[in-house]
Amino acid sequence: MSSVSQKVSEERSQTIVSSTKSITLRIKRSNPTINSEEKFDEFIVPIESWTTVLDALLDVKSHLDHSIGIRYSCRQASCGSCGMKINGRPALACFTKISELDTDSITVEPMDNFPVVRDLAVNFTRLINNHKKIMPYVVSKDSEITPGEGIKESLQTPDDVEKYIQFSSCIKCGLCNSACPTMAMDTSFVGPQALAQAYRYIADTRDKGKKTRLKIIDESHGIWRCHAAGSCSQVCPKGVDPAMGIQMLRSYLLGIRD
Amino acid sequence: MKESVVMKIHYGTALGAVFLTVIHILMRMTQDFHESLEFENVLANYEMLGYAILLELLLILVSVHGFNGLRVILLEIKQGPTYEKAVSYGCVAAMAILIAYGTRTILMAHLGMV
Repeated sequence: MSSVSQKVSEERSQTIVSSTKSITLRIKRSNPTINSEEKFDEFIVPIESWTTVLDALLDVKSHLDHSIGIRYSCRQASCGSCGMKINGRPALACFTKISELDTDSITVEPMDNFPVVRDLAVNFTRLINNHKKIMPYVVSKDSEITPGEGIKESLQTPDDVEKYIQFSSCIKCGLCNSACPTMAMDTSFVGPQALAQAYRYIADTRDKGKKTRLKIIDESHGIWRCHAAGSCSQVCPKGVDPAMGIQMLRSYLLGIRD
Repeated sequence: MKESVVMKIHYGTALGAVFLTVIHILMRMTQDFHESLEFENVLANYEMLGYAILLELLLILVSVHGFNGLRVILLEIKQGPTYEKAVSYGCVAAMAILIAYGTRTILMAHLGMV
């Protein structure tokens, strides 16, 4: 017990000694399973030039309040777990350096358009269901591995790959869905994440599921409910452009492209 | 009907309505603007067969486009199978009523019954 306390104490003192600056971190707290109360807790956190919002949150969680609900994993913008609203804008906590925010007060809230599980952790059921709905895999009768015939490669030219490669960078963090104005209103809307992934597979020359996917998204709460606000593309941490994918899909449905 | 077909109609009616509205506004230039809006002159427009057809087409295009737009807005505000069905059928019915009433007006004016 005393060794644990000593270790925590050392960690805190090391951070403070080496730090040059502190910021106020305001964290939105709520637990819908208990009551509908929402409040902001404020913490003073020492930061360095390299400190990310996730680092600051974990610092608070380690030293000041262990009960903060937060989902995170890789800490390098690969897993898509730590999406949240940082100073009003959806972003990955691990990919947002505090020094770049250029402010002494940072407010973190759970992502919009997702049901809150607790504090900053949200429920991804709707996103995952919509993602599954558009068949996020290459549909093809040809197998790359045929028993007795060995391995057959499905070759693609660099131009073929270029058509979809940016869309395959999606990490399902949900920031695009959080920023989408239609998602806020229409609870049945398929969402920019799923639509971008629909385009990713339709644009893949190996895929034969174009007709089925276009049928799935061509319904009253499908692709046509997008207002082309473009906020999904603005907030994507991986450089995916869902708004462009949606326009490409629309051009297929309008018969402008084959 | 597939949503893509509905949206093709939506975009088509918008383009058509803009085109016909331009012709409709250009027709004001055949005489002084205020004069063109006098009761007798407006009635005279309706009595021209070509102009009456233009107004009828404009009425249909604007009604189809407008009520589909309203349907889309209402579908975004609230969801649910019963509500969505009511909105879709309600908008089609309102559109049909408006077109019927407008057509009646155009016909009456064209036939000199006003």
